[in-house]
This record gives sequence, C-alpha cells and structure tokens, in this order.
Amino acid sequence: MHSLSIAEIIDKLRKKEFSSQEITQFFLKRIQQNDQKYNSFISLCEEQALTQARAADANLAAQTAPSALCGVPIAHKDIFCTEGLRTTCGSRMLQNFNPPYNATVVENFLSAGAVTLGKTNMDEFAMGSSNETSYFGAVKNPWDLRCVPGGSSGGSAAAVAARLVPGATATDTGGSIRQPAALCGITGIKPTYGRVSRWGMIAFASSLDQAGVMARDARDAALLLSTMASHDHRDSTSMDRPREDYSRQLDKPISELRIGIPKEYFDQGLNAGTEKAVQEAISSLTKLGAKTHAISLPHTHLAVPAYYVIAPAECSTNLSRFDGVRYGHRCENPKDLLDLYKRSRGEGFGAEVKRRILVGTYALSSGYYDAYYRKAQQVRRLIKQDFVDAFKEVDMIVGPTCPSPAFEFGAKGDDPVAMYLEDIYTIAANLAGLPAMSIPCGLVDNKPVGLQLIGNYFAEGSLLNAAHQFQCHTDFHTQTPKDLT
Amino acid sequence: MEWETVIGLEVHVQLATQSKIFSGSSTRFGAEANTQASVIDLAMPGTLPSPNAEAFRYAVMFGLAINATIAKRSVFERKNYFYPDLPKGYQTTQLEAPIVGSGAVDIALDNGETKRIRIHHAHLEEDAGKSLHEDFHGMSGIDLNRAGTPLIEVVTEPDMRNAPEAVACAKKLHAIVTSLGICDGNMSQGSMRFDVNISVRLKGEEKLGTRTETKNLNSFRFMERCIEQEVQRQIEVLEDGGTIQQETRLYDGDTHTARSMRSKEEANDYRYFPCPDLLPVVIDDEYIAQIRQALPELPDQRQQRFIADYKLSNYDADILSANADIAHFFEATAKACGDAKLSANWLMGEVSARLNAEEKSIAEAPLSPEQLAGLIRRISDATVSNKIAKKVFDAMWQGEGDADSIIEAKGLKQVSDTGAIEQLVEDVIANNAKQVENYRNADEAKRPKMLGFFVGQIMKASKGQANPQQVNKILLQKLK
Repeated sequence: MHSLSIAEIIDKLRKKEFSSQEITQFFLKRIQQNDQKYNSFISLCEEQALTQARAADANLAAQTAPSALCGVPIAHKDIFCTEGLRTTCGSRMLQNFNPPYNATVVENFLSAGAVTLGKTNMDEFAMGSSNETSYFGAVKNPWDLRCVPGGSSGGSAAAVAARLVPGATATDTGGSIRQPAALCGITGIKPTYGRVSRWGMIAFASSLDQAGVMARDARDAALLLSTMASHDHRDSTSMDRPREDYSRQLDKPISELRIGIPKEYFDQGLNAGTEKAVQEAISSLTKLGAKTHAISLPHTHLAVPAYYVIAPAECSTNLSRFDGVRYGHRCENPKDLLDLYKRSRGEGFGAEVKRRILVGTYALSSGYYDAYYRKAQQVRRLIKQDFVDAFKEVDMIVGPTCPSPAFEFGAKGDDPVAMYLEDIYTIAANLAGLPAMSIPCGLVDNKPVGLQLIGNYFAEGSLLNAAHQFQCHTDFHTQTPKDLT
Repeated sequence: MEWETVIGLEVHVQLATQSKIFSGSSTRFGAEANTQASVIDLAMPGTLPSPNAEAFRYAVMFGLAINATIAKRSVFERKNYFYPDLPKGYQTTQLEAPIVGSGAVDIALDNGETKRIRIHHAHLEEDAGKSLHEDFHGMSGIDLNRAGTPLIEVVTEPDMRNAPEAVACAKKLHAIVTSLGICDGNMSQGSMRFDVNISVRLKGEEKLGTRTETKNLNSFRFMERCIEQEVQRQIEVLEDGGTIQQETRLYDGDTHTARSMRSKEEANDYRYFPCPDLLPVVIDDEYIAQIRQALPELPDQRQQRFIADYKLSNYDADILSANADIAHFFEATAKACGDAKLSANWLMGEVSARLNAEEKSIAEAPLSPEQLAGLIRRISDATVSNKIAKKVFDAMWQGEGDADSIIEAKGLKQVSDTGAIEQLVEDVIANNAKQVENYRNADEAKRPKMLGFFVGQIMKASKGQANPQQVNKILLQKLK
C-alpha cells in the first residue's frame, strides 16, 4: 500500500478497494514503526486524522463527485499553522505553540477532503539546507542514514522518499523544496511567487517564501498543487488568478519545447557524477523533441551574496514578534523588560537563526543600508532581468538542482558559507519569483541527483508537463532507497 | 539678546475608519482591553496585513484639502524597535514614498493677517497598542485594542515662530480633519496627538538651533503652555552659556511639566526598509478625481460662505466655521430660526461658555439646534427679553424641554399688554410721588438718567416680564 501514488489512492478510494480510514491507519502505523530512523515528523495527529478520514469516507459514500483529494492522507511541513495542532517551525521558540487558525494552504487541503497525518520536521524557521538546525533533531536521508536529507523541508522530503506519506506540503525560500527533493530522490515544485497564499505560513523572508509540494512524481505534484494554489485576499502578495487544473496539461507532447541550458550552472563547483546525470536527462528531453539552446544567466554568481543580504534582512524583522510577550517561549523570572527580551530570544532561537538575525540587522543598519540592502535589491533586479531576457528565447531553463548529492552530517556544519553554496542553483528562482521544480534524474554513489526545471512566471503547468513527460519515459522517480521496508 | 523661536509640528491623526488599517478589527474607542485585537493585531506567526482601502481614501482626502501632491505610488516600510505594545516588533509606516506630499495650510494671525504654514508631507501608518503600568502589581499590562488603528502623521515645515501660531496651525489641522470627517477630533481620547519640535536662535541668524521634540500633547492649552515653557528653558540655557541637547521630551498633563525621555545618543536605529508583506500601492488620476469631487466643504470655504450667506463678520465666521460640528449646529439653528446673527451670538456666547465650563464638545451639548432656534424665535418676537431668555436657556440646558413649554410652565412670558403695563406704571408713579416731582422739575438733560429708577421699579414689580420698550413708552407719556 505504501507504494501507491496519490493518483492511485484516489482511484482505489473511489472504487472502494479500501477506505480512507484504512489507508490513514496504514500510514499512521507505518510512520510510528519507521520514523525513529528518519525523524521526519515533529507531530503526529492520529485522532484528528482518523476523524477526518471518517468524514472523508462518509463523503465518498454519499457523493457521486467527491472533492479532489477526498480521503487522501498527506503531511504538512511544520511551518504551516494548523488550528489546535501545535506548530513549531522547528524551533524551541514555538515548542508549545497551538495556533487558533489554519494556514490557507491547510484550509485548501481540508476543503479538498485531504487527511492530515502530522507535521513534518524542518530546519528552524526554515533556515538551513541540511535539516540540522531543527530543535527537534536532524532528519536523516532515507537513501543513506549517514547523510542529510537537505533542507529546510527535509522532513517532508524524507517522509515522501521513505514512503511514510504519499505527498506533503513544503516551502521554498532559497531552495528549501527543490534541494531536499533532489537529495531525497523525489519530485518537488516551488510555484511562482504569489501563486500560493502565505497566510498562516510562518514567515522567514516574505519576499522570497513560497509554498509548494513534494510528491513521488509530477502527476501527484500536479494534483496537490491544483488544490493548494488559490488567490487569497488575506495575503496581499497573492496573485488574483483563477485556480488551475495542472493535471490537464500533463499529457501534452513537449516536441515544441525550447530548453535553455545556462552555462553558469555547469561550472567548476558541480560534481562530475551530478553533471553526467543532468546531461543524460537533458538528452532524454531532446529525445522527446525538446530543442536545447545554450544560454547565459550572467549574474548567477551574485545570487547567493544578494540572497544572504535580503533573506536575513527580512528575517531579522519577521522574527521580532517572537519576544516572549504574547506567545512562544518566555524565559523564567525575567528581572526587567530587557532581560525578558534577551533571555526569551536567546533561549528560544538556535545558532543559525541568531546568525541570520544578526546579519540582517547589520545589513539594515543606518549607514550600511545602501551598501548592503539597497545594493542587494539592485542585484536582484539584474538577476530577474537575466531570466526575462532568457525567456525571450526559451520556454524553460534546465540544469542541476544542487552541486552534489547528499552530504554527511556535520560535513558543512562549521562553515556557513559552504552550506549557503548548497543553494547556488536554486536561489535565483526565488530572487526572480519564478516557478521551479526538481525531479530525480539518476543516482551517484547510490544517492539521488535532481534535475531542476525553471519556468516563466505562472508556467507551473508547463513545468509539470515537461516533468511528467520525462517521467513517462524514465524510471528514476520510481526508485526508492534500497533498505525500504 | 533677542531670540527667535522656530516651531514645527508632527501631528498624529487617528482615522475614523470602521476597522483597522491592516485587519478587520473594530477601532471603537473604550472597549474592554484586548477585545478588539485579532490574530493579525496580536502578530501571531504567519498572519499577514491586508491594507484598508478606506484609510487610503481618507489620506488622499486630507492631501487634497491641503493642496498637496498625492503620490501615485506609495510604499509601506517597517520601522523596527522592540516594545511590548508593538506586537510585530516593527511599526508599519511610510518613509521614502508617503501617500501625501508637500502642501500648506493658512492660519489667521492676531493682527488680522494670514500666514501660510507649509506641510512637508503626511504619511499613513499604524498606531501601537497601550502599555498599562498601574494595577498590575509591579508588572505592566498590554492593551492591543489600539494596535493597528490607522493614523496619518502630518509633518509641518518649521514655519511657526511662536506658541499662538503653533496652536493656530494645530487648530486649523483639527478643523480640516473634522470637516473632512476623517477623524473625530477627540483629543482627550487621543484621536489627535501633537508632537512639537522647538528650537531658538538669535534674531537674524539663518541656521536653525538644536531642537527638542516634546511628545504627547493632547490639548491646545497644553501645547501653548508647553511651548512657552520650553522656549523659556532653551533661552535660559543658552543665555547661561550652555548648549541645547537634542532630545525627546515627554509632557505630563497633570504636572504641566516636560521631562527628558531620551537623548539623541539613546535614539533607536529603526532600520527602515520596505515592508515585503505589502506591495506598493498605486492609485490613478481617476481615483483622485473621484475623491476630489466628493470632498466636503473645508473650513476656509465655509468661512467665506458664512460671510456671504449669513452676513457674519470675519471673526464670527472664522470661529463658527473652524469646527464642523459647531458649523453644522450654527447652520441648523440659523435655518430653523431665521436669525443668523442671534444664532451666532448665542452659540459663541452662552452655548460655548457652558461647553467650556463642563468640558464638553458641541456633540455632547444637551440641547439641539432646533431647541436653540425655538428660544431665539421667542427673543425675536419679543415673547421673552434677553434676560429672561437666559433663564429659559438654563432650563433647556438642564433638560427641562423646549423654550415654549418652559416659558409656559414657568410663566416667563413677557407682558406686552398695554392695559397691564399702564396699571404698573400708574402704581409706581402713585407710590413714588417725591421722585415724580423731582423728575418733572429736572432739566431735560438729566431726565433720561432719572427715568431708569422708574423702569427698574416697574420691571421689579413685573418680575422682569414687562416688555421694556412698552414700559418706556408708557412711562414717558404718564410722566409728562
């Protein structure tokens, strides 16, 4: 049962081959039995999941046309607020935080009839590329337990890779969906900035954060994203666009597709095995009719430095609300207001979060603002312009998702910059607000390699279409970690 | 040494929108603590602001009223600082691209001249909550009902040269925002709050002196007093050879003193930057034109109209047009009774004196324009004298009913019946034979003065209700 895709689960639920309660119970048990190995969940919500499954079964029995995901169990990254269910964002600060509201993303899945199994582990406040910054312990890569799953959505990625859950929500600020998807050998998509509501999604860097999904393949990702993406008046950066059914575009041939291969994405830092897998994947796409074009994204080398000014700057003020006054961690017996602030924040936040708050505070300080923040925003416009120019010639940009396969725990722990370079190919899409996805395209040392597809604004449908066509002719997405039980 | 004072104002105007600037919570004043604070106002994780279109409309109305440029594209920024009543740890405000650009207001000076005060800009922002330091056993309570209430902050150029000018400017801004209906103008509830920047320099010096900023002035009286004290303080410091420290001072309305709150060195680095949760707001000419067309009458326009339509003096028209509520009260009274001059006199006289004494606004007056008009009609048709009218007014103020019913119930109607007055006159003449004789023997020039004695006696006998004109006429006949 764990090997079923979401599309298959929907089909079998409707044919009454099993009930939502049965499959929900199956996955709950599977998580309970296996997750000690991976630590991919922070919270399970057994009781609530079974209640939701019962309601789904009633709807499945009563309705001729049940809602899209009726009875399908999924998991949410613990960055999405869930009413009455603790939402930690991977931080001690919110260890006991029970939101009185649902994120719009959660609301959309609930109205589509999906069942929430639990909340997945993540880097603290989504700051990290290895899931090692979580207050609730690191997540392990199901392909190799000595290795990181990537981050920040490492819990969702590992859970899907280990088949503990058929699909999960995630977020991507600089690569937090695509990089763990690549490292765990699954399919992940970050939509266009503004396509999915950020309401109820705990902010890291507001102008970069975008929610997306992780699943086994593009077909499942299309199903999930069609439910997830909606306009929301509560998020003024949410685009006022009608919903789309991404599943309907999957079967289109890609014989007309023009794909751009940016030379900057194949530089010295790229692992040879990764490069080979990516080049082979590009060949597969050309065999399906796609035409490749060599392109240049000349400001690529500035993406990481610009990102590591803008993201910390925004996070430094987004995280000011965690002050121990209204909710979240509060230190014991504060002697005065300053002590309350210092100790509550000092105890509540981990080292990486503190580092980014400090960097961001510095970058916004009077006297440094022009040199750092304003300059970074200018660079951001140049990077965006690179893509605008590129999309005059091509429909899609293809390259590696990250420079190398999963690395071992602690390998980059002492060197923030080495860790930041992990996102060298993913960050530009966030700075430009473009949709991008990662799909499995091979193994190096028995560890997965991700192929990144970057599309033009609101071209999620084309990305999923290309990914699906690729997956119809390859089997990388069906491969699972070898010791999976 | 002759000193010159330089004053600039920063005015916080709470906009009278139904809901907050970024959430749907009510902005009603006086609710139980934290009952008007939503998850957005509490800055719960993951919540986001949605701008209130009404707040923009109000800000544009204000901009048009002061002939300011309106920014087609305005940007919200975050002003970062930690304080328990600032839930997000930043205030959402505007800095580099405020909605209202430079404009001006005209104020009337004591010498009858008009002075133009330039407005540097006005920006939209959210109010903070309130910290309550009493009744919490050494701790502080936080009330977030006010957090997120929309404000416009109006920043003037340093164009004022003394306290009366600053107060006149403040009053003019008050008149504008209340006339527009974008603020209730209730200063005691904090709907309008004034910060005053004050510096002094030697007369003739062009360079501005070091300024201090005094915050928390919530009455015109406090403002005048505070400026005079601060100017005096600065001059004393300078004349003693000292220097003025740039600092923020806090005025205490109970003790009428200001104390230093923080110096320039202690000032926060607010780390302003554009709020990434809010897109730049873009408005077009059509939007501005629609607002301009629907703009209500402004105090200056109203003053001119009062002069033209009601033949009021400049002075009366200025006073009656400054406050929208008073202006409406005046017009309703004048229309109901048909006597603008008497309406103006009563409003600026008795009504205003009572309101001042009871510290009430015109909206809280216990009588309506119709009631006041009813009284004025009885003065015009000589049913009551001015003196009796004040008695009737007192009764109306106490809520005893309309002028007519009070006059009837208390028997205050003026006696104009010739027969009755003749009888009174004859009685007084009969009872004061000596005075009558003196009168008759006196010079023509001395007689008017002596007549007062008889009038007084007659009025006393009539309990003040005899028509004085008739008394005079009949008395003169009988004394011949």
